[in-house]
Amino acid sequence: MSTQVKEQSAFSGRDVREQSASEIVATGICKTYGAGPFAKDVVRDCSFTIESNKLTVMIGPSGCGKSTLIQLIAGFETPDQGTITMDGRPITGPGMDRLVLFQESALFPWMTTYDNIMYGPRARGEDTKESAELAEFLLNKVGLEAFRDKYPQQLSGGMQRRAELARAMINKPEVMILDEPFRGLDNMSKELMWEYYAGLYEEDRNTNFFVTTDIDEAIFLADRLLIMTNLPTSTRAVIEIDIPRPRRIEDVVNSSRANEIKKEVMTLLHEEAMKSFSGGSKAAADFLDAYSKRAG
Amino acid sequence: MAIKKFKDKLFSRATFRGITAIVIFVIIWEVGARSEQLFGYRFPFLGLVPPPSDVLASWGGLIGDPSYWQSWYMSFLRVFGGFAAAMIIGIPLGLFMAVNRTFYGMSFPTFEILRPIPPLAWVPASIIFWPTQELSIAFVTFLGAFYTIVINVLGGARSINKQFLQAAQSMGASQWDIFRRIVLPATLPSIVVGSAVGMGITWEVVVAAEMISGGGSSGGGAGGGLGFFIWSSYVGGSYEQIVVGMISIGIAGYFSSELLRQLGGLLTPWLKTR
Repeated sequence: MSTQVKEQSAFSGRDVREQSASEIVATGICKTYGAGPFAKDVVRDCSFTIESNKLTVMIGPSGCGKSTLIQLIAGFETPDQGTITMDGRPITGPGMDRLVLFQESALFPWMTTYDNIMYGPRARGEDTKESAELAEFLLNKVGLEAFRDKYPQQLSGGMQRRAELARAMINKPEVMILDEPFRGLDNMSKELMWEYYAGLYEEDRNTNFFVTTDIDEAIFLADRLLIMTNLPTSTRAVIEIDIPRPRRIEDVVNSSRANEIKKEVMTLLHEEAMKSFSGGSKAAADFLDAYSKRAG
Repeated sequence: MAIKKFKDKLFSRATFRGITAIVIFVIIWEVGARSEQLFGYRFPFLGLVPPPSDVLASWGGLIGDPSYWQSWYMSFLRVFGGFAAAMIIGIPLGLFMAVNRTFYGMSFPTFEILRPIPPLAWVPASIIFWPTQELSIAFVTFLGAFYTIVINVLGGARSINKQFLQAAQSMGASQWDIFRRIVLPATLPSIVVGSAVGMGITWEVVVAAEMISGGGSSGGGAGGGLGFFIWSSYVGGSYEQIVVGMISIGIAGYFSSELLRQLGGLLTPWLKTR
């Protein structure tokens, strides 16, 4: 038993995910869906940087085209204009260096937890002893060793997210992209997942890109916070979150610095949300304006 | 442990309800069929049907008759032959239509024009272009399951969650691996459903086809099968045997569907966990 523990600790931080320096730069990207009178500008002249070895969180009003940006960064779609580069090389398609954790669980329902985690290595013909050991180690790390032979349907929402983290980590991606991964979890599990995920990040500090609509989540997790505008999406502001790590929920709740940042972010997001709520209608915007003055 | 489980199931409330329902059904049938003797008034419809006691007696006489079992055998052979052919051709066709857009565009319109033609409408044509009567019955049976299987496989394979494909792709999976380990298992539940529905249609079709082609004067009864068994009972005026034939088909269809359900359950173990 004790030797096993030793082996496992030898893995962590070294073999699991080697330290890498990968930076993603998006410059002036535009993306339009549909054509002619049905064309819809989703992203317009959007530029931002996902700095290496930092946890960049992107926050914006819901339905603002953040998922589109993920599709572009992951390489599932290509921008109409502008460029996205990773370490200077343009992104041309999906790749193992950028793994996406989707909004809803994308665990394969017909595979057990273990088979799901092993999917990547097996797909690449790397069904080796090392892969199996790594899968075993990750199962332990995400606390699912007792659920290795269960199907995703038999896991709770939080367990599914952890299984998915393990399935991504076994591929040692240089950049991990997470699209509102904790959406739909209850508040308790959500906060546990924040601390859990932050812990994983703090272990190796690889480049992470995390998209959310939740302000508390964004401030708790982020090194850098990108605040996006309403549709068509572009970058509204960038805030460096200088709260020391490792962070704990109580510390962040009581931190005056965190509250300052929260106020700032809320003001910016509120403006954008107003725009999205009024949907471009002048009358609705005036109404909201008058209403917020009265309420304020 | 297993024996106790079986006992629990055997004496469960569901079993009791099922048996009660069958008993009540048989009593109503018996009373209705004998209504003229019992009440001096013949119930509509039920009064014309042979009573279950007579049916059972007739059945008892048939149990030892090899030609009765030959009918079972012939029908099963046709059903499973046609059904197997429909699976072997229909599943790959449906999958290929789902993954290849060009092939889909070329084949789907033809498929959709042929699909509404009822299998029984094919009977005269298939008698003409198949050399033997056996082959023409098998062909009509095949058609019964074929369209349902193709349409289910196609629908299942086309509605795969896009994120499964994207996740697999970004983990470095090849096209073949995505097909084998994502598309195929994701379609399996639809294949199982399509097969179960197709099996039901196959039984409907085979009986009718046997009545038409096997019961004709040209066939001379050589076709056999449960459909022909019912038809010849009707021609011979043995009404008890008609009912025996009907119940035999009910039992045969039930066992075929149950077999498919069990196989389907083994193939898709992850669905049982819901």
